[in-house]
Amino acid sequence: MGSVAGTTSLNSILECVEHADTLTDLQQAIERLRDHFGVDHIVYHWVSADGEQYGCGTYSIEWVSRYLEKTYLRVDPVVLGCYQRFHPVDWKRLDWSSKPARDFLEDAIAHGVGNQGFSVPIRGPNGQYALFSLSHSSDDATWDEFTSTHHRDLILVAHAFNRKALELEPGRAQEVAQALSPREVDAMTLLALGYSRAQVASSLSISEHTLRVYIESARHKLGALNTVHAVARALSRGFIVI
Amino acid sequence: MIRYIYGNELQNWPTLARGMFRDRATQFHDRLGWDVHVDEAGEERDEYDAMNPLYVIWEDADGRHGGSMRFLPTTGRTMVNDHFLFLTDGVRIESPLIWECTRFCLAPRPEPRTAAALMLAGGDIMTGFGVKHFVGVFDGLMQRVYRRIGSSPDVLGETGTGRARLCVGLWEYSVEARGRLSEGSGIPEHQSRDWFEQAFGHPAKRDVSHAA
Repeated sequence: MGSVAGTTSLNSILECVEHADTLTDLQQAIERLRDHFGVDHIVYHWVSADGEQYGCGTYSIEWVSRYLEKTYLRVDPVVLGCYQRFHPVDWKRLDWSSKPARDFLEDAIAHGVGNQGFSVPIRGPNGQYALFSLSHSSDDATWDEFTSTHHRDLILVAHAFNRKALELEPGRAQEVAQALSPREVDAMTLLALGYSRAQVASSLSISEHTLRVYIESARHKLGALNTVHAVARALSRGFIVI
Repeated sequence: MIRYIYGNELQNWPTLARGMFRDRATQFHDRLGWDVHVDEAGEERDEYDAMNPLYVIWEDADGRHGGSMRFLPTTGRTMVNDHFLFLTDGVRIESPLIWECTRFCLAPRPEPRTAAALMLAGGDIMTGFGVKHFVGVFDGLMQRVYRRIGSSPDVLGETGTGRARLCVGLWEYSVEARGRLSEGSGIPEHQSRDWFEQAFGHPAKRDVSHAA
């Protein structure tokens, strides 16, 4: 696995996701993300209620068509093990014991998917469901080190892709852009002014723990990776004014 | 022991499931007098049970429900965002790193360690799944239990009085609280961790790299 650059690079990739207007833009972003993390593959995969598949990723065209042709969706332990769940999963922890699952795995490895994987199942609004997966060829120790180091970033990036996919979904109902509540605006404004967390909490008469939760909520709504990026985004989008 | 069971797997655990929904009826309907729906079988369920939540259940030595709690991701619909925004300063608490914990319930005569065992399991969820915070909706009696076992949430707001008192609170991971819970329940932390690993798969037993 290559070296992973800092959050600045990851943040710039998230900006690309954020500004994507088409699936092609998302495809470029996911390729950059793969290079950033230095893994073999990353895939964002959304299976709609009517079985329609949609997404982007770095698997070879051969593997994608083989997956469809063989209807691997029905035996893929990653899909079966993550469907309707919401906790991130290391592929090693899934049930690969059945013959079809083992055959599938062998075929996947032969097509360069890798022997390791990590998936983040995503539960969006109105029963929407998607999977964001990274896969790689490495030993267990290397992979465990990678996933534990980047655990939360991977979850956040997965949700960034899903947010954009929902936005790009053809025929999707118009949704109101997610605004910050006045309380979140207050918190972000004070942070932008350079107040410490303790000062912000005290100004808002809330505990620092509550403040951390409000900031985390605001970060998510702003699609940022961390508090610094969240404040920058809130400013650039005019949610807060200082 | 602790069981981690998604809603769509409850059918495989009929005794635990029935016990949980009945004990919820006893706690929330009979004891607290909340306006909750209890069906003909005496089981309490709400709309969030239909969203395939993750239940964390203490199974006692007889295989019965001793206590439980219910988790949902805050990126989907949650009780706190649907009904209790007035207790969170109007902030919709929403992030893949925050899960909602509701319907914390104890059987009528639980083993004393049940509540602490459940909260220990909460810590395993946080470390195992990268969750930073839980936001919970709980009753006033439960608040006392949390205090007693040394895992008090930060209460954001509360409404109602007496039996009808209802609170919204926050938890985050704390090594100290974990030590207190482990000591209080007599459950070693590694035991709690083992139950978690057992539920979500032992990597050692399913080594993908050698399967092919």
